[in-house]
Amino acid sequence: MSTELKFLSSKVTDGTMTRREFMGKAAALGITAAVASTLLADAARAAGPVKGGTFRMGVSGGESTNSQDPASWASDAPLAGGFVWGETLVYAGPTGLDPRVAESWEGSADAKTWRFKLRQGITFSNGTAVTAEDILATMQRHSNEDSKSGALGIMNGIEAMRVDGDVFELTLTIGNADLPYLMADYHLIIQPNGGFDDPTAAIGTGLYTLESDEPGVRMTFKKNPNHWAADEMGHYDAVELIVLNDATARTAALQSGQVDSINRVEPKIAKLLGRSPKIDVKTTSGRGHYVFIAHVDTAPFDNNELRLALKHAMNRQEMVDKILQGFGSVGNDIPINEAYPLFDETIPQRTFDLEKAAAHYKASGHDGSPIILRTADGAFPGAVDAAALFQQTCQAAGIPLEIKREPNDGYWSEVWNVQPYCASYWGGRPVQDQMYTTAYLSTADWNDTRWKRPEFDAMLLEARAELDETKRKEIYSKMGRMLNEEGGVMVPMFNDFVDAISSEIQGWETNPSGPQMYWTAFAKTWKA
Amino acid sequence: MHPVIKLVAQRFALGIILLLAASVIIFVGTTILPGDVAQQILGQGATPENLATVRAELGLNDPPLTRYFDWLGGVLQGDLGTALTNGRDIASTMSDKMGKTLFLAFWAAAISVPLAIFLGLVAVRYKDRWPDKLISSVTLTTISIPEFLIGYLLIYFVAVKLGWAPSVAMINDSMTFVEKLHSISIPVAALTLVVLAHMMRMTRAAILNVMQSPYIETAELKGLSTFEVIRKHAFPNAVAPIVNVVMINLAYLVVGVVVIEVVFTYPGMGQYLVDHVVKRDVPVVQAAGLMFAAIYILLNMTADIVSILANPRLRHPK
Repeated sequence: MSTELKFLSSKVTDGTMTRREFMGKAAALGITAAVASTLLADAARAAGPVKGGTFRMGVSGGESTNSQDPASWASDAPLAGGFVWGETLVYAGPTGLDPRVAESWEGSADAKTWRFKLRQGITFSNGTAVTAEDILATMQRHSNEDSKSGALGIMNGIEAMRVDGDVFELTLTIGNADLPYLMADYHLIIQPNGGFDDPTAAIGTGLYTLESDEPGVRMTFKKNPNHWAADEMGHYDAVELIVLNDATARTAALQSGQVDSINRVEPKIAKLLGRSPKIDVKTTSGRGHYVFIAHVDTAPFDNNELRLALKHAMNRQEMVDKILQGFGSVGNDIPINEAYPLFDETIPQRTFDLEKAAAHYKASGHDGSPIILRTADGAFPGAVDAAALFQQTCQAAGIPLEIKREPNDGYWSEVWNVQPYCASYWGGRPVQDQMYTTAYLSTADWNDTRWKRPEFDAMLLEARAELDETKRKEIYSKMGRMLNEEGGVMVPMFNDFVDAISSEIQGWETNPSGPQMYWTAFAKTWKA
Repeated sequence: MHPVIKLVAQRFALGIILLLAASVIIFVGTTILPGDVAQQILGQGATPENLATVRAELGLNDPPLTRYFDWLGGVLQGDLGTALTNGRDIASTMSDKMGKTLFLAFWAAAISVPLAIFLGLVAVRYKDRWPDKLISSVTLTTISIPEFLIGYLLIYFVAVKLGWAPSVAMINDSMTFVEKLHSISIPVAALTLVVLAHMMRMTRAAILNVMQSPYIETAELKGLSTFEVIRKHAFPNAVAPIVNVVMINLAYLVVGVVVIEVVFTYPGMGQYLVDHVVKRDVPVVQAAGLMFAAIYILLNMTADIVSILANPRLRHPK
């Protein structure tokens, strides 16, 4: 019987039998529909990618104010579209960096000088050849004085850039072993002459070319036959991106078959949605996390015993279960988890322990005045509820936590990074160095816990220039442990990316850098 | 001068004065909005120098009166400026979005207005009997349900369960006319359900009011059937209030469909306005506000003029 089924399923993948016929024949052999469907999917996977069709993605996070200028991108829809028509030097793939416009790269021993070798013979979608000068111009546009680029922050440490034949070379003021990861930033899509002539032209080296663009509504793309990897990636003939900001509209569009994939499935409906035989829900544990942040230089949070009391009084598992509906993992009071390279799994997990919390609270000698935690709906999805759960467990430990609810409007300018204790979130960064540099370096603008430790800064800089991965991992481990014990950041949970796709879509893989296979679902999947 | 022409001219003049007043309110309103536009554009990367440059570029340093007249001058010449956020020409973007909103509103009106008036007439014909009660209770139920919920219910049953029509009302130029109509069928249905009751009830009330007049009795005694009486004698005399309520609902269909546009991700004016308000894109907000005000004033003016023309006392002054 199984050979019979195998034969039948191979006929479907060859296209000599329809899916419906197969299901009928399988039923005749006494196979349930669910099993038959799995068999069919296996056969499709084994047969390899199928070419053709249109991939339609429903994306939340697009506005009619969006532009095709990569420097301006801050939300999901424009960057999702950008990855379709353009490419960066390197791409943060599922297991490490993948070469794109750069064929290969190497760093000097002190990690100060980096050389990216341009892939040979590639062209922009307007037909002109890509040169190392284009790369240089792109980097200049994102780092010069007039730059309004979202990548300006990561371009800070560059001392000099130059072109050497087919090689783009950059020199840093301080060595950084993670520099190639920074070049994977989605803003840094290589454009002809760096986009100086027309930043919004949407001309790049991507697998598809932009055909029509209605900001905040829809983008359509057609296949770029000249792409260097057109055989291995980009199986669809065309790609369509539809902006669906309303969560219900997004799910309905997938259910009624108007789109093939959607991002940001609401955790509370994800399980229900997954029950549908036509839809698969895909979760990816990422680097994004929700935090309660205390300023370690402001009373009463300058007292580490009090911080430890609060950390122990937090029931992380309950928050993951109730706030994220299980679509996430518990945090450990450091902004790093296993989705980061060089993460040390041996750092002990802080557990929910009311006795310890009470003991630390007692040791802190706090005068019993209310400890005010500020929160808002917009701090992170479910922030107000999470604060309420936290308050309950604090009460059980005798800690007088009080919640002050703030309006969403102005939360990021008036409360976050201003008030001593509040709820917030981080989207995560590709590498530990970048996460720590953004928010835990003494001099960082976004040091939202006022964590200013010279020894921590020194370790960060030491790790940055260290090319030996074992040593770097050791340093990062020390830093993580230090922050876990003394930091002002309390991380109850890391949130998963929750995507949903039509069951027809094959070849899905997870990528911790972002939702929708970090926006390469269009390139690597196919329709069975 | 004929008094009708005079009255109509007066209405026009009033409309223009109202529009000017609206433009002042819109301009003042957007100027006193909290938050600096330059700060909003530059975001976190703002430095005092580039803030100053952007402010100068946008002419934010001029006195408000100068800016108002510059803006008004531009508007009168059809120049609505460019959007701050993506640098696109507002007039061309907005005409496209407005075209889509009007397309949706037109088809919703084309179905709901005749349907409402017809149902109103049927309700009068069978007053206090089951057809009247059925029509009233159904339409009053649909008007009482929030429009987004009607939208979601229709999406669930018609698009997801039955698969008759798409849940996302995406229209673009490459679609044929029939495809476009199919695409907007669910939002049109939702809008129709929302506006039906108001117009239907008003038609019913206005005609019932007229039906009590002595001349209707005469017509009945003359031997005309009830429908004939309504059509020939009652309806023409009830036109003024009906036109008024129809115009209010038409204005609602154009101006008030933001929620429906969001639910069905329809690429019209509502979505466009909301996005730009969030980004404090003042020129777009001003232009859209002015456009909505103009439509509202225009439709109300039309209602006024129609009721003037429908009134025999005004048409034939002594």
